[in-house]
Amino acid sequence: MGAQLRVYKRRIKSITATKKITKAMEMIAASRIVKAQRQVQASAPYATELTRAVTAVATGSNTKHPLTTEAENPTRAAVLLVTSDRGLAGGYSSNAIKAADRLTERLRSEGKEVDHYIVGRKGVAYYGFRERPVVESWTGFTDKPSYADAKSVAAPLIEAVQKDTADGGVDELHIVFTEFVSMMTQSPVDNRLLPLSLDEAAKESATAKSAAGAAGGEILPLYDFEPSAEGVLDALLPRYVESRIYNAMLQAAASEHAARRRAMKSATDNAGDLVKSLSRLANAARQAEITQEISEIVGGASALADATAGSD
Amino acid sequence: MAELHVELVAADRSVWSGEATLVVARTESGDIGVMPGHQPLLGVLQSGPVTIRTSDGGTVVAAVHGGFISFADDKLSVLAEIAELAEEIDVERAQQDLERARANEDAIAERRAEVRLIAATGTR
Repeated sequence: MGAQLRVYKRRIKSITATKKITKAMEMIAASRIVKAQRQVQASAPYATELTRAVTAVATGSNTKHPLTTEAENPTRAAVLLVTSDRGLAGGYSSNAIKAADRLTERLRSEGKEVDHYIVGRKGVAYYGFRERPVVESWTGFTDKPSYADAKSVAAPLIEAVQKDTADGGVDELHIVFTEFVSMMTQSPVDNRLLPLSLDEAAKESATAKSAAGAAGGEILPLYDFEPSAEGVLDALLPRYVESRIYNAMLQAAASEHAARRRAMKSATDNAGDLVKSLSRLANAARQAEITQEISEIVGGASALADATAGSD
Repeated sequence: MAELHVELVAADRSVWSGEATLVVARTESGDIGVMPGHQPLLGVLQSGPVTIRTSDGGTVVAAVHGGFISFADDKLSVLAEIAELAEEIDVERAQQDLERARANEDAIAERRAEVRLIAATGTR
């Protein structure tokens, strides 16, 4: 076998092996998207009920709560960035990181200090390499987050929000994660969790009230709070933050799997193309080898014939 | 007879939903029973059993660990971080958890195991 042909054969073999791996990863990711999506859906009832309850307390009472009122002069903001633990997911993590960078820049231009909290090994590595300070980070559960994970992430954030700004507390809480729009589209988004923007809720209730005033019909239910509006809000808001973080992490997990599936699909396709073009080259090399061998044999035979004819 | 619609949801799933005539839950200031036509209510729950009397005469008991109860317009929702129906609870395991919690003097885990046992066995 000629050297050329052997090189081609070896490359084809190694690419075929890689293709098998990427194909397997693609299929694993595809099956996990469905599971992750189901989890997002399963967590939805809790999140919607909780949001409704929070809106009800915040609009139904005149309670001023540190978690709902905007600081007059916000000086520090916390940004929670959700990335993945593993790579091989295309631009998934780097897109989220870029979105966080943009948000950080915007917050800094508004004169706020930014504290970073990071979920996922990729984000931690990015910040670690650039020696940027990270207040707290979590790894090891990004592809399948549980509610307990969300709770452990939320705990220091809630604590930071409740502290005074002077003692290192934060006035705002933002979260950057990758929203799962569809199987083909995932986009990084940044949301402000706290202070709660009740603008929309307030607007809704205002229109409802004016409509009710016009129709003389129903008004928003006046809730009876047990033990008190403050007590309920105290207990409700941390749960609300946890549930929002949980939802964000679930969506991020679904996005991660979708991004990985797409990246692995294109890797598999590319491997297929490579194998195809290399096979062509290998065929040509084999054919060239055969042709050369034939011409050598023919040349040798005719040389022999010439020699015997000359000796006669 | 008037009915109320109950949604019992945990953080990661919907545990039970259906029509009921009475729901009893334990709030911070004591047990509260909600029947159709109750005043709108939003309360903080303690770890404890939630008893739902369904409209077909049955009873559903669930162990709920922390959470909220909200009621308005004859719709009641119980939101809990962790909620388990009585028939889902493994009594033996709960018993073991209880003993382990007592041995470790872990008050929260002890209370949780107790609540599960109460919900599962129906004794207080």
